[in-house]
Amino acid sequence: MAWYWQLLVTLLVLVAVLTIAAGLIWYERRLLSLVQDRYGPNRVGPAGLLQVLADTFKILFKEDWVPPFADKRVFVVAPSLVLITALLSFIVVPVAEGWVVADLNVGLLFVLAMSSLAVYSVVLAGWSSRSKYSLVGGLRAAAQMVSYEVFMGLSLVGVITLAGSFNLSDIVEGQQRSVYYVFPQFIGFVVFLVAGLAETRRIPFDLVEAESELVAGYHTEYSGMKFGLFLVGEYVAITLVSALIVTLFFGGWLGPWLPDVVWFLLKTFVFITLFIIIRGTLPRLRYDQLMALGWKAMLPLSLLNLLITGAIVVARAG
Amino acid sequence: MTSDGTRQSRPPAPVETHPPLTTDVVVTGGLARRGQPLLPRIGRTVWSTLVGVGVVISHAWRSRDTIQYPEEMVYLPPRYRGRIILSRDPDGEERCVACYLCSAACPVDCIALQATTDENGRRYPEWFRINFSRCIFCGFCEDACPTYAIQLTPDVEMSEYERSSMVYEKEDLLISGPGKYHEHDFYRVAGLAIGGKGKGEAENEAPPSDVRGLLP
Repeated sequence: MAWYWQLLVTLLVLVAVLTIAAGLIWYERRLLSLVQDRYGPNRVGPAGLLQVLADTFKILFKEDWVPPFADKRVFVVAPSLVLITALLSFIVVPVAEGWVVADLNVGLLFVLAMSSLAVYSVVLAGWSSRSKYSLVGGLRAAAQMVSYEVFMGLSLVGVITLAGSFNLSDIVEGQQRSVYYVFPQFIGFVVFLVAGLAETRRIPFDLVEAESELVAGYHTEYSGMKFGLFLVGEYVAITLVSALIVTLFFGGWLGPWLPDVVWFLLKTFVFITLFIIIRGTLPRLRYDQLMALGWKAMLPLSLLNLLITGAIVVARAG
Repeated sequence: MTSDGTRQSRPPAPVETHPPLTTDVVVTGGLARRGQPLLPRIGRTVWSTLVGVGVVISHAWRSRDTIQYPEEMVYLPPRYRGRIILSRDPDGEERCVACYLCSAACPVDCIALQATTDENGRRYPEWFRINFSRCIFCGFCEDACPTYAIQLTPDVEMSEYERSSMVYEKEDLLISGPGKYHEHDFYRVAGLAIGGKGKGEAENEAPPSDVRGLLP
């Protein structure tokens, strides 16, 4: 591949992901108000689209305050980690045939590694704030994200066995040869969806922020653009999980008539919308419910899925 | 406090016993009870979640609760306590007789006025001033007014960029009509002698009784 093509794809993915993540702030607010009999932001620009810009300006002009009691270095580094890990995960996601920043053989493992690293951002943010709400938020983040990491990985093993590769492009091409993996891997899809919700700390798994009990959880002490980074990082993560679901279970860029990229974006937006609708529907789980759902329901389910998939693959090969 | 530093004024609290935490609430969404078969419980949970999503989505097509304020206005009932005005008689004269009752009734002292008399002996305010940055719109002035002159109206759009603009003078307060009580004319029912009208000459008034005529 020519270096300029590589550069172009890199820039394209970076700009597209950040634009989508910023646009999601508007999209989520509009969609949530739509299902709550409200209008949402509709004043700034056409249909309120420039609200994002207005919010950005506002947040940029806010005082960049570091609490005197905080652990300053860690406090400053933590918010950028969440964005960096989410953006880094995107380099292995193929947007269209051949449109991938880094065609890694360990693609899926890389994504899982990055999502494990993302925990550090939240935990360190909570820890370095030296405030009780932040600390409890960070503590919950550690427990929640570490537990859900386990079967997030396990739920994908079925896909990997079917495709015979960790490479995301190979997985999409494997679906071109057979069917979308959502059909043979429906349990895997459901488990991954739940794990994805938990990994992105979205309702119903937003115990980490839990504004009704923890003020704002791990980012209680953050303000200005540092808080903005957490926000953008969360939306990048939502985009990432949606893109991963599309790539792994819904055939990525595959689809008739329309160009590859359009299919990929359309499918991704369906899942982003689903995430927002889920936020509009479900209440927050209690901590013990969260753990019970993870270890007692999702883990056995993903193991069962793994067993069945493995048996079928072995039987076919045999 | 005892010598070893422990507080002994209160007996130790009994240990609270919780019912054992179960996955029931998680797995069933609170719909099913323990002891029921697992699979139907899961099925009901999934179904109830899907129904919930359906209800949420159906709200996208319902009418909005929001009132788009600058374009649409919220309904304010006629007796709403908003901007204060001074009204006029049906014949166009000022109703206010500068009795100071509104000023006295005002709990935040935002009304100030100066009484004077015209050539017919009719009292009116020389100046009348309401400081709306103090006004709490309680309506006590309207209650106190014996002539229905001061009235609160259903208007709340009074924002200003300067504090001094919140002070309304008499020419800002006085309106051309009678406000809420169209027919009321204080001097027509008050029994007062005023320029051009003797005692008891108005509608619904009887001439004053001759106190000596009642003698036997």
